[in-house]
Amino acid sequence: MIKAQEIKKSFLVSLWFMFLTFPIMVIRVNPIEKFVEWRWKNMLVVGIGSFLLSFVWRYMLKKKEAGEKRAETGESGKTFLIQRILEERRFYIPLVTGLTIIAVAFPFIFSMYQTSIMTTALMYIVLGLGLNIVVGLAGLLDLGYVAFYAVGAYSYALLNYHFGLGFWSVLPIGAVLGFIFGVLLGFPVLRLQGDYLAIVTLGFGEIIRLVLENWNEFSFGPSGIANIDRPGFFGIQFSLQTASIYLYFLMIGLVIFTIIVVNRLQNSRIGRAWIALREDETACQAMGIDKTRTKLRAFALGATWAGMVGVIFAAKTTFINPASFTFLESAMILSIVVLGGMGSILGVIIGALILILLPEYLRAFSDYRMLLFGAIMVIMMVFRPQGIIANIRRTYKFNE
Amino acid sequence: MEYFLELILGGLTRGSIYALIALGYTMVYGIIQLINFAHGEIYMIGAFTALIFTSVLTLLGFNEIAVIVLASLAAVIYSSAYGYTVEKIAYMPLRRASRLSPLISAIGMSIFLQNYVLLAQTSDFLPFPNLIPEFEFIKPYRHIISSPEIVILITTSTAMILLTFLIKFTRTGKAMRATAQDRNMAMLVGVNVNRVISITFVIGSALAALGGVLIASHVGQINFYIGFVAGIKAFTAAVLGGIGSIPGAVLGALVLGLTESFATGYVSSDYEDVFAFGLLVLILIFKPAGILGRVTARKV
Repeated sequence: MIKAQEIKKSFLVSLWFMFLTFPIMVIRVNPIEKFVEWRWKNMLVVGIGSFLLSFVWRYMLKKKEAGEKRAETGESGKTFLIQRILEERRFYIPLVTGLTIIAVAFPFIFSMYQTSIMTTALMYIVLGLGLNIVVGLAGLLDLGYVAFYAVGAYSYALLNYHFGLGFWSVLPIGAVLGFIFGVLLGFPVLRLQGDYLAIVTLGFGEIIRLVLENWNEFSFGPSGIANIDRPGFFGIQFSLQTASIYLYFLMIGLVIFTIIVVNRLQNSRIGRAWIALREDETACQAMGIDKTRTKLRAFALGATWAGMVGVIFAAKTTFINPASFTFLESAMILSIVVLGGMGSILGVIIGALILILLPEYLRAFSDYRMLLFGAIMVIMMVFRPQGIIANIRRTYKFNE
Repeated sequence: MEYFLELILGGLTRGSIYALIALGYTMVYGIIQLINFAHGEIYMIGAFTALIFTSVLTLLGFNEIAVIVLASLAAVIYSSAYGYTVEKIAYMPLRRASRLSPLISAIGMSIFLQNYVLLAQTSDFLPFPNLIPEFEFIKPYRHIISSPEIVILITTSTAMILLTFLIKFTRTGKAMRATAQDRNMAMLVGVNVNRVISITFVIGSALAALGGVLIASHVGQINFYIGFVAGIKAFTAAVLGGIGSIPGAVLGALVLGLTESFATGYVSSDYEDVFAFGLLVLILIFKPAGILGRVTARKV
């Protein structure tokens, strides 16, 4: 049962939070009209909310500690339902067939608007999987991932504007440009330690955005580039409706392609080198792995996907400007990876679907979207750093 | 020549404010090796608290001096409280986790606090009242230096002298230095490490709030996003001087302030932020240990 001491603790917490949020939540000033608005209702909400949440918080902390102790004594915890499903063929095959049918039928059942949202979610899946190579596998915290996305988008927009190049010819160019930028930016910074790397990539991301915003002759500044061609199919141009369905299937294809590539990479020599590097750099070097080159590969391969999705983004919206490539975008992709589970492909997919689709369908919460992303990042790190679906380490079992 | 002098003084003013924020980064990094991404947001909350209290107190009819003192005090108290709470929620449960976890948690906290202020207050720029009065004796030199600049320079130097005193000569300061050197050893000799870390966050946040109030009344407007850029610049300053080193942070901040001042004065003001980020990237590539930082060999 809940003891009196617990209640007292929670009461103090709620008092503290009421004090803490007092100026920001309760008072709102309008300095121009010299008007002050008092919102005492908010204080009540904060008080009650923090009172209840502090119970949940302590319960979760206790549960986590118990879990850690269990892990230390060597008792293996129960495997999760999802992992079991993945391992057994009996469940696995009908599941995949079902998903395929839903994916194919989706644009024909639902409206164009729904299809467009789904396409966006699929784009974020690919971005998440790309960033997952860098953050999840190689353990390099890249906060400027959106810069490569911008490179892809602008390369299509500019090549289309100046030379009239089509979508299909720019898609590989965007990927290659993403790769080149990844190498160029990665080369000088990858010698740095983890947290410095985060800041430098953040700085690079901002530099690219600021240059796009200010260099009017090159990128048309904040007004952006409009009327970018939609993708065609061997010279056939589609109507708006067909084009969105076409893009949807394109994205489905790209997602499948990405999953296959990332999965193969993960289990290859280079993928194992990334994981080893993430776990212990020194030991990894002692095993004869070239640290810089391996990191650079992860960085550049991650950037390649961002470049590709950037091209698709430009083709989908037909209008781009630097405002689409802020730090918040990087943070959003990062929270997809963190929520889903760093290093886990299935986790990233689920993370992207949750984080992109949920705010779309819960319109009431769309204002709170970024607030939620921030909170998710903190809560996941505190209680479940491995994400919703933890990456299963490949182990060799000895069957007698 | 006068323009040059003006740029120097402007750069020093800028630099000393960066220094106030950079100290928070460098102190926290020195003690728990964490880049406290949410530090810029603490500074922003300080500025907002000061704005809110100034408006309320002015409406209640307090006189000017009382408003300045009380609003600054409120900003310092609230920022410290936020710094303390952020550490307890987002960093303390992660003391033994891998290095990536607290970093991501810090980024999440920063995004959370930004949007918290955005939703609870407003996304518009709010005009910040000029708290610092015009001094008479400054009139003849008005074209070179303004009175807010003098106040900023004096306040920041006082704060830094006090901080140096605190760290060098008090018991708490000794405990902080011990924890920075070796946390486990400090624990063994009876230092309450959790308390020391909390104190570090409180002091860093208080300095950031002071910086927030000063710069907001100097620039004249604030919004929820000011913490992001200020945070990165202060971090640049801390890295420039050698992260973990307190005199280094001040030196780095002054160098950064002067660089920015000259770059915007003689080259172009469009790329002001690019200069700061570019400088950061260059230092990290060529001298990651910073000006006063030492290269430490990692033992295995």
